[in-house]
Amino acid sequence: MNVSIIGLGQTDVREHWDASLRHLAWYAIEAAMDDAHYNQIDAIYVGNMLAGQLSNQNHLGALVADFAGLRGAEALTVEAADASGGAALRQAVLAVQSGMVETALVVGVEKMTDESGSVIPAALATALDADYEAAHGQTLSGAAALLMRRYMHENGLSLSDFAGFSVNAHANAMANPRAMFRNKLRPEAFAAAPMTAEPVSLFDEAPVGDGAAAVIITASDRAADMVARPVRIAASALTTDTLSLHDRRELLWLNAAESSARRAYEQAGVSPADIDVFELHDSFTILAALALEACGFAERGQGWQLARDGEIGRGGRIPVSTFGGLKARGNPSGATGLYQIVEVAQQVRGMAGDCQVAGARIGMAQNLGGMGATAVTHILRSDE
Amino acid sequence: MEVSRHWRLNQQRYALVGEVCPNCGVKLFPPRDVCLECEAPAKELYTFTGLGEVYSYTTIYDPPAGFEHNAPYMVALVKLEEGPLVTAQLTDVDFNDVQIGMPVEMVTRKLRADGEQGMIIYGYKFRPAVTAVI
Repeated sequence: MNVSIIGLGQTDVREHWDASLRHLAWYAIEAAMDDAHYNQIDAIYVGNMLAGQLSNQNHLGALVADFAGLRGAEALTVEAADASGGAALRQAVLAVQSGMVETALVVGVEKMTDESGSVIPAALATALDADYEAAHGQTLSGAAALLMRRYMHENGLSLSDFAGFSVNAHANAMANPRAMFRNKLRPEAFAAAPMTAEPVSLFDEAPVGDGAAAVIITASDRAADMVARPVRIAASALTTDTLSLHDRRELLWLNAAESSARRAYEQAGVSPADIDVFELHDSFTILAALALEACGFAERGQGWQLARDGEIGRGGRIPVSTFGGLKARGNPSGATGLYQIVEVAQQVRGMAGDCQVAGARIGMAQNLGGMGATAVTHILRSDE
Repeated sequence: MEVSRHWRLNQQRYALVGEVCPNCGVKLFPPRDVCLECEAPAKELYTFTGLGEVYSYTTIYDPPAGFEHNAPYMVALVKLEEGPLVTAQLTDVDFNDVQIGMPVEMVTRKLRADGEQGMIIYGYKFRPAVTAVI
């Protein structure tokens, strides 16, 4: 593919009580423009899931273009639940690859903490089927719990077998100044956490937070003349699965995660063994386990073993959640996919600071919507 | 008010009316008009028996708006005897008695009420099977 990243920007993920939706977006955009030393943007793709519900604000394309001093630019929102960020990048890649857009800005932004209590799970549940899941009181956590319970049943596991994912995420976040939770998590604390949707607990699911992350992309031949270390987008694929778990042919297989990863591997000409770092969608530990299986890093029913065996750590066979993942960096839903891209790009640039995976050259990011009804997979490599 | 939104689902909510695919014979719930298995048009109605078993389950402690007064409550994937899974609450059961494989049957219950003056929404839930299955 002839598309490269020339600028990266992100805000902290936390409760930004002093910053509105538009300010968060602007902070990330400004940082990306500073990183690229470039601000001539032709099109803006905004990844967002919840602004209409939590901020009474839609029409984010025009809002962001206006506020970022980019009036007149082509601009629109891309929504695919918590895969909105990855989906927005996918649309921008299509535009630049086609030649119709020279330079595109992609910003994922989510402002969640102006609301609290039952409003948040209700808003997140719009990722599910409103008539046949949410109307019955189902939540995202509840849907993940149905997957987790069945996975535990079929593989003879207990809750503590999933602790390794959250422990790894927190350990990695301690080195990430942008992360929401930079505290060590002990396996005993994981097992004792209060339940949100049994067996899913507070330390099993990713916390909601405010945040924005942005990238600027352009044609790779231009990028080489613009910045010292562009990052090549070697693959970009978005696929879908049934919206609801009850319609899955195999409950414990993430079809879209598999098909988007397979397409991405083909585009990049790589296999799972070539991936040095994998930012997966650990909104719940069960999704991390299932994504590792779907993407070819573990056999069916064995994804959890990679966490148990320490294979997902910074020095392991397949490092995941290297900046804390959704679990500890925090999960600003529609922005999450762009955080993943910014993090993988930093890794393959060799500029990940204390989060650096030694010698990382090829990285993959996979952003899931809901229970994997949307899956967006990107593979990045250093452009040398 | 969202009256029409709920009213148009009354066949599904009150009687588990789904569809059967005339091409491959697969039974569909929720109804979707295009067969999930063979992608042929499937608009022939089929009323499910409401019998099935628990395929997976959870207890919700962090409820969404509208369900605060029900929490904690159980949501399950029920495998209907005709094949499909359905997402529904479990009712009339002690949380500790629920397990995967437990036989259940459909009952009609209040799903939620929009305050003192608002609409009351009824629909299917599942309880431990009391109907003898031979």
